[in-house]
Amino acid sequence: MAKSNKPIVWGLFAAGGTVTAFLTPALVLLTLLPVFGVMPELLAYDNLRAFAGHWMGKLVLFGILLLMMWHAAHRLRVTLHDFGVRADGAVAVAVYLAAAAGTLAAAYFLLRI
Amino acid sequence: MSERIVELEVLRFNPETDTEPRFQRYSVPCMNEWVVLDALNHVKESIDPTLSYRWSCHMAVCGSCGMMINGEPKLACKAFLREYEGVIRVEPLAHFPIQRDLVTVIDDFVTKLKRVKPYLIPKEDQPVEAGEFRQSPAELKRYKQYTLCINCMLCYAACPEYGLVPKFIGPAAISLAHRYNEDSRDGGREERQQEIASNEGVWECSFVGACSEVCPEHVDPAGALQQIKIKSTVDWYKEHAMPWSKK
Repeated sequence: MAKSNKPIVWGLFAAGGTVTAFLTPALVLLTLLPVFGVMPELLAYDNLRAFAGHWMGKLVLFGILLLMMWHAAHRLRVTLHDFGVRADGAVAVAVYLAAAAGTLAAAYFLLRI
Repeated sequence: MSERIVELEVLRFNPETDTEPRFQRYSVPCMNEWVVLDALNHVKESIDPTLSYRWSCHMAVCGSCGMMINGEPKLACKAFLREYEGVIRVEPLAHFPIQRDLVTVIDDFVTKLKRVKPYLIPKEDQPVEAGEFRQSPAELKRYKQYTLCINCMLCYAACPEYGLVPKFIGPAAISLAHRYNEDSRDGGREERQQEIASNEGVWECSFVGACSEVCPEHVDPAGALQQIKIKSTVDWYKEHAMPWSKK
């Protein structure tokens, strides 16, 4: 029996899941901070823009966005299968195209900064 | 030692006379410390000798008495009556065809088990005079947990993916392949990968984790499958992105 090619998408899914698991709580916390009236200078618009403007910042942001989107795409594919949607081929094409479009968009907008 | 009347609702099916399975009620006088298997044995001995089910050791070692008890895959010898209230529903293991009453046809699992070569394939042949293959406690620890599988198939009855996609090789067989892959004396991983790294192998698993929850021996098949996924992914990148690397 031939070995599967699923490792390509599963590798991104696993890496994306790990990144998301670590970053989501931090993002929730950072979003809640201003609600409680805490606005660290570090998170001011100019600082974040400068971070995204540096090539290393771009690289980090691009890596995180790419992994998150491919993770979400694969998760959605598996979830749809578990919910009884049996058109796995069509679902795979749709979700991975969305992830690819998101990846390109991330690259485009990061390069414009 | 107190006694209680337990109502058992047991699935019955006789392929020679029945077209559909049906349920039969038994009122069984049981000791408080009995397990479901004791109650079934009492039915067979004193109430209805036609009831068919598999069992052997009565101590969670042989793996024969797996069945659905109130909808959950359990070993009947490990399911204590005192943990159940009201009518206890006993059915054959889910996802397997019924042969008769609580006896299932397990050919599918046995065929898959053979396919993954769950035996030691030595790295090198060594004459007896060369002595034993030595192994450190750390090397033993890598796979020992997976040796505890008793082939009871509760994990197959629990796995929704196996229910959806019957060709999925499934938790126990893949975990047993992993047991030998992780053995320092073994050299058969590449042969086993042909089966377990295929679409019907580990990639059919969506990590529901029910297999590990129902496993009576705490083998953790779900953990084994995730480890195989990671290693197979590394393999894939080595084979496709770095063809010069040694397999």
